[in-house]
Amino acid sequence: MTTRRDRIVAALTGAFAPTRLSVVDESHLHEGHGGWRESGETHFRVAIAAPAFAGKTRLARHRMVNETLAPEFAAGLHALAIEAGEA
Amino acid sequence: MSDMKAFIDSEVKSSDVVLFMKGTPQFPMCGFSGQVVQILDYIGVPYKGINVLDDDDIRQGVKEYSNWPTIPQLYVKGEFLGGCDIVREMFKAGELAEHMKANGIPVTERA
Repeated sequence: MTTRRDRIVAALTGAFAPTRLSVVDESHLHEGHGGWRESGETHFRVAIAAPAFAGKTRLARHRMVNETLAPEFAAGLHALAIEAGEA
Repeated sequence: MSDMKAFIDSEVKSSDVVLFMKGTPQFPMCGFSGQVVQILDYIGVPYKGINVLDDDDIRQGVKEYSNWPTIPQLYVKGEFLGGCDIVREMFKAGELAEHMKANGIPVTERA
């Protein structure tokens, strides 16, 4: 069974061919907090660097990541911390 | 424009700085919202906090309004500035207070 982390890594790798990518499931840090679910996989932290981000504003970079992961937001992803840098 | 979109549009333009958040500036109900509150309080800018937990239509509506999937959301002069990470990065880079000043919004940044 694939995890949400696997799907996020695959989606971001496919979309941006990142030179650096770290995806951490931090759901356990938010137990009991709004949006948290017993099943986990609600809160993630992404650090990514890719050539596609060059010359883009922070807002544009974050929008690119959010749009790539729209299916996950639609399926229960609740919080996504993003650090997006140039390659 | 739908009623909800029109309502949010009027809200983001009702004050120079508007924060859609979970909880209130006095009692944030989410760590990410709380971080933005702390930063805004630190740079000493007046802002209006809107608690999306009070109304699920606003909570969904603001995500559609800005095409941004998460809360908090900070608006300056009616423009969407970003969520928690962007606000924090701008703050650390000294750009947040500068952005406010550039928009004619007074800040009383503590030394």
